Amino acid sequence: MSIIDKTAAVPAPRGGSDHTGPLLEVKNLHVEFHTRDGVAKAVNGVNYSVDAGETLAVLGESGSGKSVTAQAIMGILDMPPGKIPQGEILFRGQDMLKMSEEERRKIRGRKIAMIFQDALSSLNPVLTVGYQLGEMFRVHHGMSKKDATVKAVELMDKVKIPAAKARVSDYPHQFSGGMRQRIMIAMALALEPDLIIADEPTTALDVTVQAQVMDLLAELQQEYNMGLILITHDLGVVADVADKIAVMYAGRIVEQAPVHELYKRPAHPYTRGLLESIPRLDQKGQELYAIKGLPPNLLKVPTGCAFNPRCPKADDICRTEIPALVPVTEQNGADLPGRKSACHFWKETIHG
Amino acid sequence: MGRYVARRLLQMIPVFFGTTLLIFAMVHLLPGDPVLAMFGDKGADPATLAAKRHELGLDKPEWQQYLFYMRDMILHLDFGTQIRNGRPVTEVLGDAFPITLQLAVLAFAIELVFGIGLGIIGGLRAGRLADNLILIFTLLIISIPVFVLGYIIKMVFAFNLGWIAPNVSTEPVLSEMLAPAIVLGGLSLAYVARLTRTSMAENLRADYMRTAVAKGLPRRRVIGVHLMRNSMIPVVTFLGTDIGALMGGAVVTEFIFNIHGVGGVIAESISRREGSTLVGLVTILVIVYLVTSLLIDLLYAVLDPRIRYA
Repeated sequence: MSIIDKTAAVPAPRGGSDHTGPLLEVKNLHVEFHTRDGVAKAVNGVNYSVDAGETLAVLGESGSGKSVTAQAIMGILDMPPGKIPQGEILFRGQDMLKMSEEERRKIRGRKIAMIFQDALSSLNPVLTVGYQLGEMFRVHHGMSKKDATVKAVELMDKVKIPAAKARVSDYPHQFSGGMRQRIMIAMALALEPDLIIADEPTTALDVTVQAQVMDLLAELQQEYNMGLILITHDLGVVADVADKIAVMYAGRIVEQAPVHELYKRPAHPYTRGLLESIPRLDQKGQELYAIKGLPPNLLKVPTGCAFNPRCPKADDICRTEIPALVPVTEQNGADLPGRKSACHFWKETIHG
Repeated sequence: MGRYVARRLLQMIPVFFGTTLLIFAMVHLLPGDPVLAMFGDKGADPATLAAKRHELGLDKPEWQQYLFYMRDMILHLDFGTQIRNGRPVTEVLGDAFPITLQLAVLAFAIELVFGIGLGIIGGLRAGRLADNLILIFTLLIISIPVFVLGYIIKMVFAFNLGWIAPNVSTEPVLSEMLAPAIVLGGLSLAYVARLTRTSMAENLRADYMRTAVAKGLPRRRVIGVHLMRNSMIPVVTFLGTDIGALMGGAVVTEFIFNIHGVGGVIAESISRREGSTLVGLVTILVIVYLVTSLLIDLLYAVLDPRIRYA
């Protein structure tokens, strides 16, 4: 049962140290799923980048392609049925899609790690948490089982699990939801990766625990100066920790902005709809806004702007032409750095 | 844990009495007379028959017979004697059991290695050619009755090809047991393969498998440790009950290959209406079965930590 594979002799990424661009850059990424009913286009030309120490929040409804993009970055898409017909995923300037499976495996967990949503089902139920944490050190650093357990206890201390030493030989089901998510975080942090992708890390938790977990994540990110991609549909979570936001809809990024700008002045009707559907204390007693309609079927995305059937501003042009993601400017034409919108009527939306 | 084991052991007591009573009743409900059978076609005068019956205690009411029988069994560990040649049942079983054990171990090894092996191949290639071939193969084995399979193997390998002797000798060596073991283990092999396959294919899609890949573990570790540990849980349960069944001997297989194991002795006792032999044999087998199933249940908790016995 103890097949331990030592991959300690992994070199630093080729040309990694002198690379100056962003830590991770996703360029024109497309992902499709070939199903019996046809081809579902889950991701249609996504571009984004993350720097070291930066937090990018990817926002969107279920089925908007935010998780699929993350899985494509991690290389854990099920292929088939998944397929990446075009695009690049540059990690320190190197296209990971062109790497061999073995090269990618060595990046996974060690350079790029992922935190999953439901920690109970994402941790192996029949292995102790100490074993699952220690596995990172045993496989990637060739450590002995004993040393790995010591490291596992250190990690559990790091993520503030009380009585770590006593609990290292417990199983995932013996922990509370918040503690389990801390273990997931510890596992992702184990080898101090350059980038962490957190796929809805707090969705399964109650609100107070959510805040604790997010604080912990932000704190550790600072400490290790990691890049963080935070995938969520919870706008409340994003505001505190993110530096910039990418809003996704039907496999495309519809708006990109620094976090506070987006909250102040959304430049896409979809973002505006999302913001208006947050319950607010000062609007107590009033009806809560909801974006009407349902997210589109990815087998049959509407022509033109995918959001047009649900958009209050939709016009004829929206039904025929796909809006490009264009830079957003002030009314006087002054630059708004980092802001982009994919709406034919972005001017009216942001300034109107 | 200790309390659980104690409770399980106590539960064996009613099961023990229930099974013995049931078997005893069934044997006595069968038509035929063991004393009459002893004398064969020649027959004997009624006085001799009555004397023999009295000697064996067969003239008493049946409930008394049962009580006497149970008394001897519990107080003196006397499981009865064979009527025909007066040998104690424990001695008869002592001769037959090692042979059955040999056959059972071999059959179990075959179903373990090939069943799980085929299951892994099918599970990892679910829906593809190899999986479908294994599906057809296992379906075929499941649908052929064991006596047909036994005769086919005997015909082909013993009579047509002459690779094996048609009958197993009285002091069997392991190589002679191979063909009967394949026949005996075949059905369970197919079940084990299908169970393993389904369990693997299902767990492959589990969230923790995605996590294991995302941790950068090599494929053979993802499969060998993370997938296998989870997928083997239902298979072990099946294998456990199967060990118990195999220990009980295989009436049909042993008959086809003329093996003098437990199954053979049972078949013989039934045809001779030897109630006490039969009850004694089956009682011992019931105990073996109960103990193995307890051991398997305990092993189950080792495999799946979510199960806790209290």
